Amino acid sequence: MTSLAPSTAKKLGLVIDLDICVGCHACAVACKEWNDGGEFGPLPDADPYGAEPLGVWFNRVHSYEVEPTQKNQPAMTVHFPRSCLHCETPDCVTVCPTGASYKRAEDGIVLVDEDKCIGCKLCSWACPYGAREYSEVRGVMQKCTLCVDRIYNESFEEVDRQPACVMACPTRARHFGDLGDPDSTVSKLVAERGGYDLMPEMGYKPVNKYLPPRPRRDGCGSTPKPTSDEKTDFSTASPLLRWIDKVLSR
Amino acid sequence: MPHTQLKLNEPVGDEVKTTTCYMCACRCGIKVHLKNGRVRYIQGNPAHPVNKGVLCAKGSAGIMQHYSPARLRKPLLRVGERGTGQFREIEWDEALALATKWLGDIRARNPDELAFFTGRDQSQALTSWWAQQFGTINYAAHGGFCSVNMAAAGMYTLGGSFWEFGEPDWEHTKFLLMFGVAEDHDSNPIKLGLGKLKSRGAKIVAINPVRTGYAAIADEWIGIRPGTDGLFVGALIRQLLIHDRIDFDYLVKYTNAHHLVVRNPGGADDGLIARDAQGNALCWDKRGNIARPADSLDTAPAIVGEFTLPDGHQAMPAFALLAERFLSDDYAPEHVAPQCGVDAATIRRIAAELADVAFNQEIRLPQRWIDTHGRVHEEMIGRPVSMHAMRGIAAHANGFHTCRMIHVLQMLLGAIDTPGSFRYQPPYPKSVPPATRPGKSRKENGALNAGPLGYVHAPEDLVVDAHGSPRRIDKAFSWEFPLAAHGMLQSVIRNAWAGDPHKIDTLFLFMANMGWNSAMNTHDTQRMLCDKDPDGTYRIPRFIYADAYWSETVNYADLVLPDTTYLERHDCISLLDRPISDADAAADAIRQPVCHPDRDVRPFQDVLLDLGTRLKLPGMVDADGAAIYPRGYAQYMVEHERAPGVGLLAGWRGPSGDKPGIGAPNPHQLDAYKAHDCHWETKIPDAGRYYKMANRDYLAWAKSLGFVGSTDAIVLEIYSERLQKFRLAAQGHGAAQPPARERARVEKFFDPLPFYHAAAPEDAAFPVSAITQRPMFMYHAWGSQNAWLRQIAARNFLYLHPDTARAHGINDGDDVFAESAHGRIRAQAKFHEGTAPGVVWTWNAIGKQRGAWKLDADAPEYTKGFLLNHAIDDLLPPRADGYRYANADAVTGQAAWFDLKVRIVRTHATEQAA
Repeated sequence: MTSLAPSTAKKLGLVIDLDICVGCHACAVACKEWNDGGEFGPLPDADPYGAEPLGVWFNRVHSYEVEPTQKNQPAMTVHFPRSCLHCETPDCVTVCPTGASYKRAEDGIVLVDEDKCIGCKLCSWACPYGAREYSEVRGVMQKCTLCVDRIYNESFEEVDRQPACVMACPTRARHFGDLGDPDSTVSKLVAERGGYDLMPEMGYKPVNKYLPPRPRRDGCGSTPKPTSDEKTDFSTASPLLRWIDKVLSR
Repeated sequence: MPHTQLKLNEPVGDEVKTTTCYMCACRCGIKVHLKNGRVRYIQGNPAHPVNKGVLCAKGSAGIMQHYSPARLRKPLLRVGERGTGQFREIEWDEALALATKWLGDIRARNPDELAFFTGRDQSQALTSWWAQQFGTINYAAHGGFCSVNMAAAGMYTLGGSFWEFGEPDWEHTKFLLMFGVAEDHDSNPIKLGLGKLKSRGAKIVAINPVRTGYAAIADEWIGIRPGTDGLFVGALIRQLLIHDRIDFDYLVKYTNAHHLVVRNPGGADDGLIARDAQGNALCWDKRGNIARPADSLDTAPAIVGEFTLPDGHQAMPAFALLAERFLSDDYAPEHVAPQCGVDAATIRRIAAELADVAFNQEIRLPQRWIDTHGRVHEEMIGRPVSMHAMRGIAAHANGFHTCRMIHVLQMLLGAIDTPGSFRYQPPYPKSVPPATRPGKSRKENGALNAGPLGYVHAPEDLVVDAHGSPRRIDKAFSWEFPLAAHGMLQSVIRNAWAGDPHKIDTLFLFMANMGWNSAMNTHDTQRMLCDKDPDGTYRIPRFIYADAYWSETVNYADLVLPDTTYLERHDCISLLDRPISDADAAADAIRQPVCHPDRDVRPFQDVLLDLGTRLKLPGMVDADGAAIYPRGYAQYMVEHERAPGVGLLAGWRGPSGDKPGIGAPNPHQLDAYKAHDCHWETKIPDAGRYYKMANRDYLAWAKSLGFVGSTDAIVLEIYSERLQKFRLAAQGHGAAQPPARERARVEKFFDPLPFYHAAAPEDAAFPVSAITQRPMFMYHAWGSQNAWLRQIAARNFLYLHPDTARAHGINDGDDVFAESAHGRIRAQAKFHEGTAPGVVWTWNAIGKQRGAWKLDADAPEYTKGFLLNHAIDDLLPPRADGYRYANADAVTGQAAWFDLKVRIVRTHATEQAA
């Protein structure tokens, strides 16, 4: 078993806006590309051109048809990107028999040290979010690193020190920052938009937050009421006549 | 316990080069990081105007495309029968000598025996010029099956278009109507824009039979019946008219709403715009009760009424004719609702919302501007409603008129190129339509008198023979499809096989997967490519194919010319073709090679210039027969001048590189592009950003860059006199008239006002509409060879609403046949709540043919995937005399692949019955 560091002050994580995620998979592929050649790669692909192309992905996007949960709301299609939530009290770390899984004290990022991983998969059983990816090819567990090899990278320009998924997202639905700091941009976003924890009842206190879809406005709410068509009487005269006296100028 | 060693400061690679992505047509700027000579990482370039740093799934997967096992490696010569994929590798010298022999013989005999068509390339400025120099009229790119309806309807209405040539005002719009937008096109700018709109609280309404992608995040989803958008839009127009929610001031200033239309039924001038002796369009000035030039300033133009012209003819303002049409009960909400599947209350509400935003929430930008009359406006007034439409409108046989109707709706709201509305991207707007007409005769040197594609202005411009029959192999610009501005690639193989209107010798395709997903009626298309005459020769005698990858089409070619990947060549994203401009700037871009090919392949553009030199084509060799561009396309991009000072690239022209737009070639131009992240842009002056069609500063700026020939105002056309000229010809007027067999059809479809007509006749036996959607992670056929993208989807399903399924006895997961009158495909059904009733759909081009794309024999793309195209006929049912038209829009020739109707049956039910 691996012990967990005391609660970290800095809680780096992602805020994902489900209101504007179009399900394009840009984040997933950018993640795959960065990490395949990065410090935590490769992310092997089994049977890449064959019957069952299955590889390691740190981030996957799922699409759901959702029945309305609120009154006066229509059914929706929701796209849901899923990756490690870097929980504050993750069982995936404490169940690890070798200490390979750990949570960094300095920023809360949950990582796997592959040199210590024996591929027992206990951590993937412990994670209720399905965020861990076992590589058959390499025999080790892999997972989102929050691009720890990008975000502090002094060989990069400042603007590039962000997770690859955040930089790529074409609708800018993904935000990265310190959720332990109530004044950070991401914390404010969560406060403004009612950001929520995924399955809080599990008690793992995920750091990543999701912003819910905004209420849809398909006429159930306060949209202008159409005026009656009655004012134009089609039966007696050409409706064009009312424009006869219209004075326009060029 | 932390890592004992964790390297957090490793550089990405050892070198980084900028270039332009080509994983779809979006043309984003990318930074390619290289490590030990291999591509390590591709990131979006934050400094690029198209994508501003973001990158889609395809773009990030470019690395796998670049290293794809499906890349062609060497020129191939067919040794087995067509379709069997048996080739031997040959050297380039042999390949080019063979192609030169074939093409040289054709050029000496009859250049039109070459049919040269390109696919989704971005080098039409070169390829169309090459075809012109060769002298064949039989050239086009892929717009005929892509979205020419959007292009043509826009160009013939407002001198610009949706697609990627215009955009909603992402900064100011408050209400966006999105019609059938394909998520791949234009990819990242729309995603960036939608993100902005949602974050600003603007309302987005998606009109689409399927709620995925962009429609999923819309505030309102309207699951319309495929092909009926014209009814919905027509009903919106009717509601606005009834409630007088019309921007009349805008109409008389910027459109031809007040132009007088001659009413002389049976006469040669019926329906033409009344003009004075100088040819100026007339309007009726209520102040003097007299006809006066429509562009006069001091008039009070009438918009309704009937007036007597000095010559005694009666005339009515165009607006009155438009209003008469749309006030008709044909467009009443209750009447259209059952046909388009949108209830009347929703139609009324959307109309009210449009009117509310346009007129009660108008925007006033404190920006002084001057119109073409020299009048100073202290503010730019905006109607913040915008519209965007794409393939869901285009790919129906009524797409031209539906798209025109959407533009008319925008005009009635005063919402074209104003703050908050649809905006043109330079070089648009151009004149309505642009001046270039299709070439149809040859000069002494054998070259065509103009490029093979262009805009037909009048019946005299058609490319027809003395009998009025088609001359082009695809029948574009004929009486069958007069305004086929992009040609009709989808008809080439059928017509070449049938020898109708004539036989050809060589079919030369570049990057067009016509043996598979780019063809309708795929099975027969393959059969036609393989079919032989009784003497044992192929009916299409020769087929040269150029592509970078082993697609389905490769297997049908006689000679294969292998292209490089997009990271291995120069390219040019030109203002003469499909530039990267946005609404605030003109911009173009290049690709530069970031890697050297590790195979014996050559950039197709270089090969084309090499072939042109070997053929001694005008413009490619000098008086001594020596190559003018021996260094290939990179040299051509810099040195070729289309007109004095005008070349493919607009940036850093002039000997010292200080001339934007027009200037002598600059030998260091490419270095300048490479030093500026491979793109160039020049901003529109602040006073010229809106009202571009009538904005003096904009038009002067556009003229200085060569985008427009004059600074005259461009008048938007709610009423199209050009269409009426074709109708008059069909009624027996004028020098150029259609053959008798075409008259009724031309008369019907060349209506000067937009109208709704059913895209395809109803057939109770085939009650279900079948359409495709574009997955955002896969572009056309290319994605299947990509090890990462095919993990997202390696097979497709036939999606349908559970209620539709139950009505047809289908359960979730059933194997079904989708049967059309033409053919059937086998698929697995999957329930999808976000699908309109009576509709089935699938992802486009996931299914593949075994033997292509270097996938294993048991790849799901082959074993489970399917291609809807097999069920789509490329021809319409026969007319009375047995002749069958192409399955296309009768105005533009746009392939109508969204008009497919099927019935769905469980496979085992069918098999039991059998």
